[in-house]
Amino acid sequence: MHSTETLKRTPLYAAHLECGAKMVSFGGWEMPVQYSGILEEHAAVRERVGLFDISHMGEFLVAGPNAEAALNEILTNDLRKIAVGQAQYTLLCNEHGGIIDDLIVYRIEPSLFLLIVNAANIEQDFAWMNARAPRPVVLDNLSDKMAALALQGPSAAQVLPEAAEIAHFGVLRLAVLGKRCWVARTGYTGEDGFEIVCDPSDAPTLWAGLMERGKTFGIKPCGLGARDTLRLEMCYPLHGNDITEETTPLEAGLGKFVSFDKKLFVGRDALEAQKESGVARKLVAFKMTGKSPPPRPHYPILADGRVVGEVTSGTQSPSLSIGIGMGYVKTGEARVGVPIEIEVRGRRFAAVIEKKPILKRGP
Amino acid sequence: MNIPKNLKYAKTHEWVRVEGDIAVVGITDHAQHELTDVVYVETPAIDARIEAGKECAVVESVKAASDIYAPVSGDVVAVNEELSSAPELLNQDPYDKGWMFKVKMSDPGELNELLSPDDYAHHVGA
Repeated sequence: MHSTETLKRTPLYAAHLECGAKMVSFGGWEMPVQYSGILEEHAAVRERVGLFDISHMGEFLVAGPNAEAALNEILTNDLRKIAVGQAQYTLLCNEHGGIIDDLIVYRIEPSLFLLIVNAANIEQDFAWMNARAPRPVVLDNLSDKMAALALQGPSAAQVLPEAAEIAHFGVLRLAVLGKRCWVARTGYTGEDGFEIVCDPSDAPTLWAGLMERGKTFGIKPCGLGARDTLRLEMCYPLHGNDITEETTPLEAGLGKFVSFDKKLFVGRDALEAQKESGVARKLVAFKMTGKSPPPRPHYPILADGRVVGEVTSGTQSPSLSIGIGMGYVKTGEARVGVPIEIEVRGRRFAAVIEKKPILKRGP
Repeated sequence: MNIPKNLKYAKTHEWVRVEGDIAVVGITDHAQHELTDVVYVETPAIDARIEAGKECAVVESVKAASDIYAPVSGDVVAVNEELSSAPELLNQDPYDKGWMFKVKMSDPGELNELLSPDDYAHHVGA
């Protein structure tokens, strides 16, 4: 077993141990994978409310009169679409259109943006953006100076009534339990909820206070295990699995986050060419049609007995009690309703390509 | 940590209950706790010949697939069919309803290689 000495710990490390967390290495951090159990934590977020430590995620600030224009030349989405107090999902691509990272940008002042990036990509993203920023801007990596919590679930707004007025994908500077935070109505679970960015020294107070407030709503501390099953039921891609530098937003079905209205952004030429020629493979969602081992990354996907792709993410869906996943499939087979098979340890199990998200909600 | 006194244990966290020349095999309380929510169990096939120390079954949690190693050699004479519809029995009752398979031992001498309850307790730091 390798040493955990080199892993970073969030300011909530002690709180996790106190809650009975099982800790694992993730993106250079020692993080809770689960507390009471993935199935229980998953159900808490779908039915009530759960609290996650997401302090491992990276935070960058981009500021100055050129901030919007500079970011628009580096990111695929168009920041002109969002006003102060709004958030946008976007992608950081290389010249070939490969996805370096996916991130959320918050416009917190007209020319001040907060970017939240994946933990494992912090250094690479920052170096890339620094090198590509086309004009003078202030670009600051605040990842070690900020902590973040995610409060997710249908009861989240009752646990955090001071934030109940924030619109979906909105962001606001607020005092929570006496601590100044950025509170955004965003998340990675498919449920209503908030992401709260704070000073690391305030994180333990916020964690304890929100757990206390959430008691009457049946709140549970939730780890990376439930975070993964929740996001996969919604078909939110995970960078490193479903999207990488080897895949493009068009192949991943993320074309609506690429704004060809912008004359110039890194990867535009490659993506435009791919849009015209069409993609050779697509990221599809699938559901097993019967009892099977849970699908896992790299399992082959077959159609008519031939390998047509590979699983990128898979799990046993706690909500549906059946295996689900995503994977790249040759475009010819990448249609909803196409019967496929997933090969597990040499045996094939029937599945079907599903419309995203896999977990259908509402009336 | 529950470590029944009437069983023998493998370092790889399987237990064995000896019934004549038959070994009943399952996974320990420690193992089920480490694996967390079990969602799928792949038992060996009946009549399969298994070899001590070699993988012979798979237990899957939401997060990961884990190999189960044969604690003794022999032919599989029964498997717990209930686990296919109720894999959670491994978590709920690992030493009784969660048994995995029965082996007709080809070399009962192998039992001497297994750990006593006290040695297993020491092995898992209980």
